[in-house]
This record gives sequence, structure tokens and C-alpha cells, in this order.
Amino acid sequence: MEKFTEISSIATPFPRSNIDTDIIIPAKHLKSIKRTGFGQHAFESIRFDADGNRIKDNVFDGERYKGAKILIAGDNFGCGSSREHAPWAIADLGYRCIIAPSFADIFAGNCIKNGILTVELSQDAVDALVLAAEAGHVINVDLGDQTVTCGNARYEFDFNGEHKEMLMKGLDEIGQTLTAKTAIAGFEGKQKTQTPWLYRA
Amino acid sequence: MPKTMYDKIWEGHVVEQRSDNVALLYIDRHLVHEVTSPQAFDGLRASGRTIRRPDSIIAVPDHNVPTKDRNKPNPDPMSTAQLAALEDNAREFGLDYIPMDDVRQGIVHVVGPEQGFTQPGVTLVCGDSHTSTHGAFGALAFGIGTSEVEHVLATQTLILKKAKNMRVTVTGELPLGCSAKDVALAIIGEIGTAGGTGHVIEYDGPVIAGLSMEGRMTLCNMSIEAGARAGLVAPDDKTFDYLRGRPYAPKTGQWEAAVSYWKSLRSDEGAKFDREVVINGSQIVPLVTWGTSPEDVAPVTGSIPLIASFKDRSKQEGVVKALEYMGLKEGTAITDIKVDRVFVGSCTNSRIEDLREAAAVIKGRKVAGHIIEAMIVPGSGLVKELAEQEGLDKVFTDAGFQWREPGCSMCLAMNPDKAGPGEHVASTSNRNFVSRQGPGARTHLVSPAMAAAAAIAGHFVDVRDF
Ligand code: SF4
Repeated sequence: MEKFTEISSIATPFPRSNIDTDIIIPAKHLKSIKRTGFGQHAFESIRFDADGNRIKDNVFDGERYKGAKILIAGDNFGCGSSREHAPWAIADLGYRCIIAPSFADIFAGNCIKNGILTVELSQDAVDALVLAAEAGHVINVDLGDQTVTCGNARYEFDFNGEHKEMLMKGLDEIGQTLTAKTAIAGFEGKQKTQTPWLYRA
Repeated sequence: MPKTMYDKIWEGHVVEQRSDNVALLYIDRHLVHEVTSPQAFDGLRASGRTIRRPDSIIAVPDHNVPTKDRNKPNPDPMSTAQLAALEDNAREFGLDYIPMDDVRQGIVHVVGPEQGFTQPGVTLVCGDSHTSTHGAFGALAFGIGTSEVEHVLATQTLILKKAKNMRVTVTGELPLGCSAKDVALAIIGEIGTAGGTGHVIEYDGPVIAGLSMEGRMTLCNMSIEAGARAGLVAPDDKTFDYLRGRPYAPKTGQWEAAVSYWKSLRSDEGAKFDREVVINGSQIVPLVTWGTSPEDVAPVTGSIPLIASFKDRSKQEGVVKALEYMGLKEGTAITDIKVDRVFVGSCTNSRIEDLREAAAVIKGRKVAGHIIEAMIVPGSGLVKELAEQEGLDKVFTDAGFQWREPGCSMCLAMNPDKAGPGEHVASTSNRNFVSRQGPGARTHLVSPAMAAAAAIAGHFVDVRDF
């Protein structure tokens, strides 16, 4: 997994609340058995009209926010389906960090696994960052310090320590967990005597 | 200290405590379907890893399967490839696999309980957000992403942050003509789609105790629409009766021990919940969604709320957008909304009881002439078989409904079952998101009885006067 320590970038403002994963990547594009290539269909209904023509001035394709690595989003971002194709699509568009007042639980978990940092800030802070993004200001996100800074503004955010380390070091989570093999086997041994019906020969 | 059911199941599965509220949690059961698993199996192969406990897994295709002409070649090559990948992976890794032509095949959340694979007290995951369904049995069940699918395959564990406890108590008695779907919609209407974020919801109270296992599954299914990753109902005699004798259930000899363990899971008297919500079940009426979020509900006797009735400005803007998408105006009576298409199915409402509920309304009547298509998609081959034994299929086809093969179908429109742009769909599924049932499709979430009544009348009607 790609490490995340710190980024400085302009940001794309997209502060609508309750953006669900069907909007991020519609179900009809989930038939691929690969992890890449979902970006072209990301936010399809926002970027293309019913005939498949690109909608003028949409925030994702215009020159204005080109190269942005930060997405400023609305409340309850990523609700709905558990599809990891959603963070894959967002990563494919070049984003490494999403800032919003709140995220749906499964989506936030999926982001971490793909080296995307989700930052929760108060609605007021997010509103201020939307204005900054619209003005083309550069925003800095530092995971080590757990801060977002933009000009004179500085915001701190909470982040679970276990996941912070994973992101900052770009660790392979499965490899890490496999180092706890003995504990897992110990658990199974105990469980097998307590609830043996959960095990088949 | 008294504990909640969630606390008990969580603590019973901690392999390692990593920090205050983060633990390495053991996973007992894993359901796998074709859409969210191929990249996980690829990951395993790429790293040369194996599956720790193939005996903890059932694999079944559902999202993508055609619901008719299954004997003909699938015209969609990508869908064919995805279905083939599941079969190949199941074979390569030695998993229990239920193929499309097996009578047990169906929507993963219908299959798990039906096979007795879902049991009280287990931790159960699936790469699908509606895994919350299985909480109806007192299982801690939640949806995960593909990386987590791979993590569970390789390690049988997940690193998880403990959620908060929330209890939703539904008091009183559910009025005639209302079902578990209306209870679910009423709760979401009350607490909102982010109301349960960060929580596990335990459903409690006389209305929940009175629901059948099917009804409890409908309710827990939509916990995710309330923002909660999991829902729970305490196991009781109904739960045990449902499970007895099913293929994966504990066998005689182990059954008694299992039941006594299951009985110990109930939340202790006096257990503390971080949040409590009480809903008066006696006042629930059949509900219909009018917008593009499951919280946009109105009683069938009411009308679409006025925009000014929403206090916060961003919510008002959201409602304006939603109504524009839905082609509806504020203040319109719900019964004035015309329906173009009807879908009875999905992991929310495709079990035998749902089909009986729909058939009771449809019997001896005809689908309204202007309805483009009215479709019944049973949740599994076993549901389909039972419905046919009861003659329900005849009731449906005589009325002009299509009787299909089991799968997710028009719930997410990944296969050819979809609604056209601008069409209003009376749907028993769980998400009325923009374009969920096809580009531009306008979904209204309702109970099976309400969907059936709408098909006959051609617009929404109060099933209680029908
Ligand atoms: S029926 Fe719908 S909600 Fe349920 S698993 Fe299938 S696609 Fe998901």
C-alpha cells in the first residue's frame, strides 16, 4: 500500500451531503474483476449527462481543480453499499485525502485499506475549506501531526492509532495480522471446545 | 456490570486487544458473492496466501445473475466472466459453492439463514452492506469491503474499532396492514440515514418480539440505511425453531448446548446503551418514500412535505434536488403518485412471507393496464419452490406479474432487470438512490403488500382500504 504522511495540494470542493457509493461508482460498472480503471466512471451522474456527454464546468473534469489530491466532501459521505470500487474509483481520479464532516463507517474503512486518508472536521471547518478550495488555495494535510492547515487556519483531527501507523508506514495489513498467528490459533482452540458446532471436520 | 448483547458477542471474539477500543476480532462465518470477491482472491494468489478456514465460507452468485432464460448463454460477457471467476475461485480454494442451477441458490442474505449458516452469537461478514440482515438471529453481522474480504480469507480476523450501543425500542402493537418494512422505514424516517452511524442497533420491544424471523430480517437488513453497520435482535424460541434441522445448524447432540449458549446472549437487565430511541409502533402507518434517500418517507395517507418544513438550509437544497430528480412537487398527495413499474424482491423483501403478503393483496385481481412491467423475484430457489407448492406463482402470473428466477435483480440493476429513465417504481428493495434501479429511474420504497396494491391500482394506495 502507498504510504500517507503529508500532502499539500489544491482541493476539489464537492460538499453535497449523503453522497452514496452508487453516485461514486454506479453498480453497472462493478463487473470488472480488476482493481483499476474505475476512475473513468467515477461520479458519472455528476460528470456526464444522460447521453454520455461531459457536463460543462463539473468540478471533477474542469481545468480549475486539475491535479487536486484532496476532495472536500459533505456530511455522511460514502453511505450505502460496501463496494470498495468506490475508493478505487476515487483513487483513480488522483485523490489521496477526503475531508468531510462525517463518513459512513464501511466506506471510511475501505479508504484506509487503499491509502486514502479520511479526515473528519466540524461542519464550520469544512465550510471554510470549501471556500478556500474554491479560491484555489493550497491545503496541507499532515497525518503525523493530525492537522489540516490552510493559510492561517489550522484544524486538528482525530485518527485511530492502529490505522495511523498502517497508513504512515504503508504496511500490508494482512502480513501484520499474520504475525498474530499463534494468538489466532489459540482462540480457535478455545472456541472449538466451547462452541464445537461452528467447526466442520 | 450488566452487558449488552453486542458487548457480549464482541468480547467473546476478541483475539487481541490492540488499544482502548480497537481489537483483532475473530470472524466465524463468511459469505462470498461474485461482485466484491474476485480482487480478494487475486490478492491471495499474488501473495501466495491460503484461506485459513474454508469451512467457514459459503460462496453463491446473486448480484449479477440473470433472472430469466438461464438456460441460454448470458449475453453480457463481463457478467459471465465475473460469475465464472467466483466458480473458479471456489473450486480452487475448496469452498462450499452453490451454483446458479442449484435450488439453494439465491441472494446471499436469504441463503445464509435458510441454510442454518447464520446463527446466534456468531460474527458473520460478507462483502455487502446488507449483511446486517443476519443480525435478526442475534449474530454480529456486518458488511465489509474487498480488502477486508481478503483479510478475513487469509486470517479469519479483522482489526475493528468497537462501535457504540444504540437501542431502538418499538412499543405497542403494529396495526393491521403494516409490516416490518414499515417499521424499518419509520425508524429511518425518525433518526435519519446517518442516525446510527458508529453504532450497532439493538431492536427491542413488543413489536420486535412479535415479528417473525422474516420480519426481523427485513428490519435488520435496513439498519445500514439508518447508518448502522449492524442490527441485532435477541434470539428467542422463534429463532431456535427457525434454525432447527437446517443443513448448517448444530446437530442433535450439540443442539441443547447451542440453545443454552444462545439464550445467554440477550442484553442483561440494566445494560447501558449510549443512545436510546423509542418508537410507538401502534402509530405506524404504511409508508412510501418520495425522495432519493430512505429517510424521505411519508405516510401513504399524507403528502410530500413542503420544502419550507425542513429547518436546515442544506436539507432544503437536498429536497429540491431530490424532487427535481423524482419529477414530483412538494405537497402532492402520496396516493396521486402514478406507478410505472413494480418490483417485489431483494434481500429486504423476497422471502416466503413477503410473497404471501403480496399474493394476499393480488389474488383475483389484475395489474393496472399502464404498468410497463410488474415483477416478482424470489430470494432463493427454495423460496421459489415453496411459493410454487403454495400456488403463489399462479396468483402472480394470473394477475399479470412476471415470476422470475432468484437473484438481486432490479434492486441494483446490474443485470438486464432495470427501470427506464423517469419511470416511477414501487419497489420492495432498500435503496431509492439516484439511478439505483437504472439511469434516471425513480424508486419508491414500500412493503410487499403496498407494492402489490400499487401494481393493481396503478398508483400508490393505502393497502388497509384495499
Ligand atoms: S438484493 Fe440488493 S441490497 Fe440485497 S444484496 Fe442484492 S443488491 Fe444488495
